[in-house]
Amino acid sequence: MVSETVVELSRWQFALTALYHFLFVPLTLGLAFMLAIMESVYVMTNKQIYKDMTRFWGKLFGINFALGVTTGLTMEFQFGTNWAYYSHYVGDVFGAPLAIEGLMAFFLESTFIGLFFFGWDRLSRVQHLTVTWLVAIGSNFSALWILIANGWMQNPVGAYFNFETMRMEMNSFAEVIFNPVAQVKFVHTVSAGYVTGAMFVLSISAYYMLRNRDVGFARRSFAIASAFGLASIISVIILGDESGYEVGDVQKVKLAAIESEWETHPAPAAFTLIGLPNQEEQTTDFALRIPYLLGLIATRSIDEEVIGLKDLIATHEVRIRQGMIAYGLLQQLRKGEDNPENRAAFSAVSDDLGYGLLLKRFTENVVDATEEQIKAAALDSIPQVAPIFWTFRIMVACGFTMLLTFAAAFYYTARRKEHKTPWLLKLSLLSLPLPWIAIETGWFIAEFGRQPWAIGEILPTYVATSNLTETDLWMSIAGFASLYSLFLVIEVYLMVKYIRKGPSALETGRYDKEPQGELQHV
Amino acid sequence: MFDYETLRLVWWLLVGVLLIGFAITDGFDLGAAMLLPLLGKTDTERRVIINTIAPHWDGNQVWFVTAGGALFAAWPLIYATAFSGFYWAMLLVLFALFFRPIGFEYRSKMPSKRWRSNWDLGLSLGSFVPALVFGVTFGNLFLGVPFSFDEFTRPTYTGSFWELLNPFALICGLASVIMLILHGAVWLQMRAGGDVQPRAKSMAIVTGPLLSLLLVIAGFWLLTAIPGYEISSTVIGDASSNPLSKSVVRIDSWFANFDLYPQLWLLPILAVILPLLTSVLSRAERYGWAFLASSLAITSIILLAGSTLFPFLMPSSTDLASSLTLWDATSSRLTLEIMLWVVFFFVPLILAYTVWGYYKMWGRVEPEAIESNSISYY
Repeated sequence: MVSETVVELSRWQFALTALYHFLFVPLTLGLAFMLAIMESVYVMTNKQIYKDMTRFWGKLFGINFALGVTTGLTMEFQFGTNWAYYSHYVGDVFGAPLAIEGLMAFFLESTFIGLFFFGWDRLSRVQHLTVTWLVAIGSNFSALWILIANGWMQNPVGAYFNFETMRMEMNSFAEVIFNPVAQVKFVHTVSAGYVTGAMFVLSISAYYMLRNRDVGFARRSFAIASAFGLASIISVIILGDESGYEVGDVQKVKLAAIESEWETHPAPAAFTLIGLPNQEEQTTDFALRIPYLLGLIATRSIDEEVIGLKDLIATHEVRIRQGMIAYGLLQQLRKGEDNPENRAAFSAVSDDLGYGLLLKRFTENVVDATEEQIKAAALDSIPQVAPIFWTFRIMVACGFTMLLTFAAAFYYTARRKEHKTPWLLKLSLLSLPLPWIAIETGWFIAEFGRQPWAIGEILPTYVATSNLTETDLWMSIAGFASLYSLFLVIEVYLMVKYIRKGPSALETGRYDKEPQGELQHV
Repeated sequence: MFDYETLRLVWWLLVGVLLIGFAITDGFDLGAAMLLPLLGKTDTERRVIINTIAPHWDGNQVWFVTAGGALFAAWPLIYATAFSGFYWAMLLVLFALFFRPIGFEYRSKMPSKRWRSNWDLGLSLGSFVPALVFGVTFGNLFLGVPFSFDEFTRPTYTGSFWELLNPFALICGLASVIMLILHGAVWLQMRAGGDVQPRAKSMAIVTGPLLSLLLVIAGFWLLTAIPGYEISSTVIGDASSNPLSKSVVRIDSWFANFDLYPQLWLLPILAVILPLLTSVLSRAERYGWAFLASSLAITSIILLAGSTLFPFLMPSSTDLASSLTLWDATSSRLTLEIMLWVVFFFVPLILAYTVWGYYKMWGRVEPEAIESNSISYY
C-alpha cells in the first residue's frame, strides 16, 4: 500500500498545479468573449478604435493564454503520472469527456488562435471576426467538457462497477452529460470566467483614466467591461452552485460543511453567518445565526430539512459496514469463486464498495476491520469543516463586492460620468484581485469539500494514487514549484510592461495626448 | 453497430492515426524549433523560422493533447501504467514542453538579446527533449517494461528512470530526433525565405540518409538481439478487459507477425526508402513533394513500430502475464463506441478547418516582412 505521505504529497501537487492553471483559464474564458464583442463592434461600425481595442486587449490575452496552454499540459499528464489507480478505476467514464474536449473544443480554440493573432492582414473582416468568435466558443466548450468530467467526480452517475475489469464502466453517456451537478458547475464557472475578463479590462481602463491617458480608448473599454461584467456577476450569483447540492451525499456533506451545520435542525434551518467550526467537538463555537435562511437557500422550501454532519456520519458508518461485506464478496469473485450466488450477493451491496474502501486508510484487511477502525473511517468520511466554512465566506464576500463595483461602474458609465468619478475608478482598480480570490476559493470548496473522496462515494482519494516514492513526489513538487514561480514572475513582468505601454504598444500612438475626458472619434 | 473485437481493432488504428497526426503536424514545428540555433544565425533569421510555424504550432500541439486524452478514454490501463511507470520520463517531457508555448509567445516581446537567446535555447531544448524521450520510450516497449498488476489491477513499476536509457532505446530516441529534424528542415525549405532556406535544404539532404541508416541499425538490432512476446493462451477478442486473464511467453524475435503476414515487409522497406526519397526530392527542389515524402516516412515508421508490437501495447518484462495488449487494456464496449462516433464526426471537421488555416497563412516568410513587422509578428 502507498504511504500516507505519498497520498498527501500527491494531493498537494495536484492542488497546486490545478490552482495555478486556474489563474489563467478564467481570464481566457472572459477575455475571449470581450475580444469577440469589441471586434463585432468594429465590424459593425468600422471604427478603427475598436480594432485597436481588440488588438491591444488581444496582446494581453496572448500573454495570459500562453501560460494557460503551458499549465494545461500538466493537467493532461497528471492523472496518469500521479493518479494511476484513479485513471484505471474510472478512465472508462472520466477519460471520454477529456478526449472529447480535445476533439471538439481544444482543436477549435488552438487552431483559430493562430489565425486570430496572425491573420489580420490575411482574412477579410468578417472572416477574422468569425475566427475570434470561434476562439471564444472553443474555450467555452473546453470548460463544458472539463466540468462534465469534474461534475462526474462529485456526482458519479451513468456508470456501474464491473468486478471482472475491476473498474467503473459507463452505462449511460446521456446521464454523464446531463449530470445536474455538471450543468450547474458549468454555468457558474464560465460566468466566473466572464467576470474575471470584465474585471481585468475594467481595472486597467480605470488605471488609464486615473492617469489621464488614452482616455477615449479606456472609456470605451470600461463601458463594455461594466456591462458585460454586471451581467456576468449577476449570473454567477443567481446561478450559483447551490442548486447542485440537492443531489448526492457528497454534495450534502459539502453543504453542511459550508454552513458548519453539525446537527439536523427542524426545517427551515438557520444560516450560520459566522462562527468557529470545531471539528473535534463537532460544534460551531460563537455562532451567529440568521433564522430560517439556510433552509430557504439550500432547499428552496420551508419544510425540507438540511441534514447535519453528525447524521451524515452516522449514515456513512452503516454504509461502511455494508462496504466491508461488498469488499469480501469482491475478493471471492476476483479469486475465481464466480458463481450466481456470489454475483447476486455482491450486486446487492456493490453501491457501498467505495465506503468499504474508506477503511483502506486504517487497515489493509478491510473485511476484518475493528470497531475502532470503522468509527475512525466514519469520522473521516467528511472533510475538515473550518477551511470550507471560511473559504466559502471569502468567496461570497468577493462576489458581492464585485457586484457593487460593476453596478456602480455601469451606473456612472450610463450617465457618462465614470471618468470624472475618481472613487469609482479607484474602486475598480482595487477590485482587480477579487475575481481570482473568488475563483480560487471556489475551486477549493468544490474539491476540498469532496474529500475524502476522489470520486464521490466510489473511490477514496487515499487509494487513487500511483505507486510512487516520497522522493519522487518531493522532487516533482520542487520541479513544478520552481518552474511555475519562474513563469509567473515572467508573466506578471510582461503583463505590467504591456499594460504600462498601453494601446501605444501597437505603435499607432493614436490615443495619447487626448484632451481630458473628451471622446475622440477616429 | 460494431462488435467489441472490431471496436478494439479500430481503436488500435485510431490511436495510431492520432499519433501519426501528432508526428506529422507537431513534428515539423518540433523539428523547426530544434533547428533554431543551427539554421538561424541572426535574430531576423530566427524570427523567420519561428514565424513559419507561429500560426500553427498551437493547433498542432492539440494532436498530442488529444492523443493523450484518447489514451485515457480508450486505453485507460495504458494511460495509467505508462504515465506512472515512466514518471520521470513523462515529467521530463512535460517540463520541456512548458518552454514552447511561452517561448513562442514571449520571445519577441522584449528587444533584449539575452532575453531572446534564452528563449531560443528553451524552444530548441523544449522540442529536442520530447522528441528524444518519445523515441526512447518506444524503444523500451520492444524490450519490455518492468511492471506488474496486483489482484485489484493496481500497476506497480519496479524499474528506474536510468534503465530506460539503454543503448537500443537510445538508438530509437536518436532516430526519432533525426526524423523530426528532417521533417522540420523539409518544412523550412518550403516556407522560410532568406538564408534560412538553403541551409534548411542542406539539412534535409543530409538527415534523410542518416534517418534511413539509423532505422536499418535499429531494425537489425531488433531482428537479431531482442526477444519478442506472444500470447500463449487463446485470445478472446470480446472478453472483459482483464490483463491478468491471459498467459504470455517470450519468443525468439519480434518478427512473428512478419512471418504470418509477409505483406508487412512493405513497411520497413518504405520506412527506409522514403527518407532517402525525401532527400532526393529536396535536392531537386521539389519541396511540396519532399514534405509529402517526409510525412509518409513518418507514417510508415509509426505503422511499422505498431504492427511489429501487435497485439501488444506495453509488454511487461518482469511479469509476462501483466503485459498489456489491445485486447485487454481497452475501455468498455460502450465507451469505445461513443468515442468512435465522436471521432468520425469531429476529425473530418478538424482536418477541414486546419487545412483552411494553412491555406490562409500560406506563403514564404521573408526576412524583409519580418523586419518591417516587429509588432504583429512573433
